[in-house]
Amino acid sequence: MHENRTLDWRPLLRAGLLAGIVPLYTAAIGMVEVFNAREVVQGLLTLGEMLVIFPSLVVGYLVALGLRRSGSNPLVTLASALIAGFIAALPVTLLVLINAAIPLRGMFVSVTPKLIEILLFEQEQMLTGLALLIGALTLAGGLGGLAAFIPDRFRRALIVSLVVVILSGLLSEFIKQILQQFISRSLLKQIVKGKSLTSQAAAAIFVVTYLVSLFWSTKGQDVKSWYAGLPAAQQRQSRRVWRGILGIFLLLLPWIMGPYLSEVIDNVGLYVIMGLGLNIAVGWAGLLDLGYVTNFAVGAYITGVLISTGPLGIGARLGIDPLNFWMIIPIAILAAMFTGFVFALPVLRMRGDYLAIATLGFGEIIRLLALSDWLKPYIGGAQGILFISKPDLPGLAELLPLADWAPGFVELAQKKGVLSGLLKLLFYGEFSGPQELYYVILAGALLVLFVALRLNNSRTGRQWMAMREDEDAASAVGIDITLTKVLAFTVSAASGGLAGAIFASKVGTIFPNSFSLLVSINVLSLIIIGGMGSIPGIVVGALALIGLPELLREFSEFRLLLYGALLVVMMLVRPEGLWPSPVIRREMAAVEEESEEPPPTDKGTPETPQALHSLWEPTD
Amino acid sequence: MSDNILEVKQLVKRFGGLVAVDHLDYELPRGSICSIIGPNGAGKTSFFNCLTGFYSIDEGDVIFDVYSLKGLEPFQVTRLGIARTFQNIRLFGNMTAIENIMVGQEPHLHSSWIGTILGTPGTRREEQMVEEEARRLLRFVGLRGKGDMLAKNLPYGDQRRLEIGRALASKPKLLLLDEPTAGMNPAETLQTTQFIQRLRDELGITILLIEHDMKVVMGISEKVTVLDYGKKLAEGTPEEIQNDPRVIEAYLGRGAAQMMAEAA
Repeated sequence: MHENRTLDWRPLLRAGLLAGIVPLYTAAIGMVEVFNAREVVQGLLTLGEMLVIFPSLVVGYLVALGLRRSGSNPLVTLASALIAGFIAALPVTLLVLINAAIPLRGMFVSVTPKLIEILLFEQEQMLTGLALLIGALTLAGGLGGLAAFIPDRFRRALIVSLVVVILSGLLSEFIKQILQQFISRSLLKQIVKGKSLTSQAAAAIFVVTYLVSLFWSTKGQDVKSWYAGLPAAQQRQSRRVWRGILGIFLLLLPWIMGPYLSEVIDNVGLYVIMGLGLNIAVGWAGLLDLGYVTNFAVGAYITGVLISTGPLGIGARLGIDPLNFWMIIPIAILAAMFTGFVFALPVLRMRGDYLAIATLGFGEIIRLLALSDWLKPYIGGAQGILFISKPDLPGLAELLPLADWAPGFVELAQKKGVLSGLLKLLFYGEFSGPQELYYVILAGALLVLFVALRLNNSRTGRQWMAMREDEDAASAVGIDITLTKVLAFTVSAASGGLAGAIFASKVGTIFPNSFSLLVSINVLSLIIIGGMGSIPGIVVGALALIGLPELLREFSEFRLLLYGALLVVMMLVRPEGLWPSPVIRREMAAVEEESEEPPPTDKGTPETPQALHSLWEPTD
Repeated sequence: MSDNILEVKQLVKRFGGLVAVDHLDYELPRGSICSIIGPNGAGKTSFFNCLTGFYSIDEGDVIFDVYSLKGLEPFQVTRLGIARTFQNIRLFGNMTAIENIMVGQEPHLHSSWIGTILGTPGTRREEQMVEEEARRLLRFVGLRGKGDMLAKNLPYGDQRRLEIGRALASKPKLLLLDEPTAGMNPAETLQTTQFIQRLRDELGITILLIEHDMKVVMGISEKVTVLDYGKKLAEGTPEEIQNDPRVIEAYLGRGAAQMMAEAA
């Protein structure tokens, strides 16, 4: 391979400017300033600085990687990375310079003196600041370029551990909340200070994840083959152990996480329930449904009307006791399924984009109905339904004279701590806060998961997939498209109803505004991000799209922007989603499978007797 | 029950002013292999689509066995026992080969979605039978060992086979093949021809072909029908068609006529 010794300016300029747009844009819309409030590693790096510096690092790396692959001279490669980093610094430098000449704040409200201060690394002198800025970005490009020279395995470990450090830096506030239940305050101070990671903790995390991921990349294959070599019984046993550990973890999760994080997990859980449902329509049956919020709203309002203790509740209306939450669940599910069924009828003949637009309309219809004066006497219009009671169960304390038998346990249940919360729930059966409601949501998610798994690999699931792939061909193999479509909408709606019922009881009051288009969009986005048709992908997608923005308050202001950016990046880089469905993996392992197929039995159908099994081959 | 598995009476299909199928009478003897040929736009595929419920029948009637196919949806036609393949292969691309064939057994399945969720014994048994039958059919069409590949990733010839396998999964009495050897090399074409022959001989399925490859048509057909502008131009044994001056003039053209003469 010949060595390329000359610099190629044009692609460098393009890559550098593209990378330069990120700091410029995020600075101009105020993102840099807002994000600067959050330190990732204390005294070292803020999130805002990351926004400015990271694009250079990435572009330097990508440029160098591309050049190395095409066999360029190392010096040229490194110089190119440096230059790309330098070019990436130009747009934001220009912003600072122009702002010095003509204050831009009149046009761009976010270009504040504070922002300029951040961009100049808090230097008094503009020139020193600019030099620092340009220097830092150029250096970042160079560092990225250097990273391209590291051998594959070490580089992967480096990237993984960097991502882990940054993530734990971002989430350090919550890491603190979790850890403070288990370790002493002085030790905690060593790890997290204020809202950010201390530098020694960051270094420790970096080293540990680096070593672990390095170990995994070298020895991972050995471990896997060792596991595959184990006898089947042992494998089954170890899987059972892992499942047990996962089960215990899921049971204790809310008490480990504390009330605030439990609230976040609850929301993620509700979206997982809805995602699993919508995935049936979108991922499997290929019906792009933009009105999924309809089912959510129906479930919530049915629940509200039936169990509210307020004036709109059925109890006050008919002078009877309001119904119990647990009795409502099947009613809410059936009501949502009925809605799904009814709304499926007018759109039976629509495909693709037209279907999406029609369903989009349904979502709005429901919201406007909920707001309308016509239904106001029944569901409260804009004021919504209040006083929706929380679920409860007869606790052990009511059923048994526990206080006499085991006063110690009862005392323990009054305290704070991981076990006490669980005990309290068991004794009194009140699902009053996010930590207790977590179990209702977990049970709901497991139920929906069970149904989805059963349907996935079945006649019904195959009918849906065939319809998604080719409606005409599906019809030609004998599938009743009308029925299949209606069934997909109906079954998919069920989990929306379930999520709605839990939601109504959880928040206690429901308003039409809770059921906006954004809910539909969120559910759809999490399916796409996680990987169309993939069940684990839904959990990953919900964590990324619902969980992260709630954890990082800085993000919430720019939530939709980040959604958009994330979707675009995903479509470009990883269109199959974060955790794609197993078909693609199954594809890889296709070869062995048939060789260990059991010998054909002769209990077959008379139409295709055994003797014909290689009919295709010519006889002579 | 008559000797004809399919009787088409004065069938008309119009698209606006264009008459795609024009008062066509057609009889398909039970257990035969028959072909329909004709120049592009002669109405061959439209005729197929009328038979399988993809197009509604404007006038006339189609009798399959004892049932009238008029007004039936494609899935109803398939459940009566007519299976088809498409001119441009239409597999379920993002499903595996075996799943394609499992879906093909649809007309004979009974399990419901509720049974599936509850995991009733009947559902489980059916699922197991469906999979066994699908593996058998995969071997039958020569796709042993390729069951877990996505249909869209199979090579072209395999896709054709899989499509026939999917059609066979519905255990049809009548199989409509729309250009089954299109795009195949001579060796593959020969294999396919033999395969079609044996489908009829050993499984007793009546077969109706649309085909452009004259060797295939003349080799295996018992009756050849020539369509032109939606009308029947000629009908008879391959020899009769080959020697019919109208066909040679109107359809095959002078050059092709010469070629046929050389081949004979």
